[in-house]
Amino acid sequence: MEIKADTTVCIGAGMCALTVPKVFDQSEDEGTVVLLQDDVPQELEDAVRRAVTLCPSGALSVS
Amino acid sequence: MPELTMPTTRQRPLDPPDEITALRQQAAIHRMTYADGHQGWLVTGHAAARAVLASPCFSNRPEHAHPPIPSARMELATRPERLRVPPGFFLRMDPPDHTRFRRLLTGQFTVRRMKTLEPRIAEITEACLDAMEAAGPPVDLVQEFALPIPSLVICELLGVPYEEREQFQAGTKVLASLESKADDAVAALGEISAYLYGLVGRKREKPADDLLSGLIESGELSDEELTGVGVLLLIAGHETTANMLGLGTYALLTNPDQLAAMRDDPSVVDNGVEELLRHLTIIHLGPIRTALEDVEIEGVTIRAGESVTIHLPAANRDAARFTDAERLDVTRPAGGHLTFGHGIHQCLGQQLARAEMRIAYPALLRRLPGLRLAVTPEEVPMRSDMSIYGVHRLPVTW
Repeated sequence: MEIKADTTVCIGAGMCALTVPKVFDQSEDEGTVVLLQDDVPQELEDAVRRAVTLCPSGALSVS
Repeated sequence: MPELTMPTTRQRPLDPPDEITALRQQAAIHRMTYADGHQGWLVTGHAAARAVLASPCFSNRPEHAHPPIPSARMELATRPERLRVPPGFFLRMDPPDHTRFRRLLTGQFTVRRMKTLEPRIAEITEACLDAMEAAGPPVDLVQEFALPIPSLVICELLGVPYEEREQFQAGTKVLASLESKADDAVAALGEISAYLYGLVGRKREKPADDLLSGLIESGELSDEELTGVGVLLLIAGHETTANMLGLGTYALLTNPDQLAAMRDDPSVVDNGVEELLRHLTIIHLGPIRTALEDVEIEGVTIRAGESVTIHLPAANRDAARFTDAERLDVTRPAGGHLTFGHGIHQCLGQQLARAEMRIAYPALLRRLPGLRLAVTPEEVPMRSDMSIYGVHRLPVTW
């Protein structure tokens, strides 16, 4: 699973960091999404998909 | 087809009006006549609500919006001076204006930043519980618990000096009540703005470790803009979480099995907070967006200039999205509710609100295991007439 995070549309709602803190964080200054790992372990794939669904700005996508 | 106007009368205090539920079961989007005669739309479905809120084709600027229901605020909303967005009121801006403010603030409201606030929120909560125990029973839980916790937290976060809080809260109280006449609300807003403008000036002279000082330090905002941001955060911080704590406690007290689960099982609390947010949906008369161009939502064409009211309580009870959606169940996976909105305006303070509720509910229920209503459930006055739903008062004993 490959995650794409577009910080230009991210609004820093923090749903990703709240849902999968092992994969997503927020930058200190702007609060925008920071990817902690590119390769998502299989056991976290469902949670990552949930985070993508919860993202209010459409900044996240997976392929 | 009969003309639809927005139903607001609730048959049961925790459920949306029955007419709204019936509409949601028929379709996701409905033609609706607005209070000023405008022919707009009402959205009751979850997916359609998400689609509107996420679409860049819709504006949140006040000059485009029509009022869905007649109210004291309607007169206020249509005054010429209200049709422009005050400096810093980014909630009512569209991109790119909105983006500029949002970007400056998101770093202050991250999940991690809110974690560091938790010990202080816990202290404030315990202090409120001490005072509540000393004062009662019986007490009004709104005055002793639901209101002071978020009020103290947002004041501290913004950097409002402790000794000035009382004078400051008098103004927000007038503003928070929709019973206030339009002129009084305008005056209160003016007073709070004047106070915050003065505070911004003082912070500029003598910065501290708080949000306003941080924003000043960034050097990106004028004093007028800083004042507007401060007023917006202060109002949002007061009205919303306070009503979730008040109404949520009412919901738990009238559903004892759910209360027991929230009190006795710490692993339920995070999810229970989401479920209370979903089930109660205190933003119950909006939001409103207006199409800037023709846009199709779920097969319906919304024309440029038409206002759309999103019925969040209906969307959060959509059976297509939540199983057994009408039931309050603190153990269900309730994520994906729209209580904080969706899209670029999704609540900036949502992680703060979550932190406050995750601390306050269990602290209350564990400190006072015998907590119960001091009146019958029917005697609790509901905020049906307010733009933010909740309880006016919650008399409790223990």
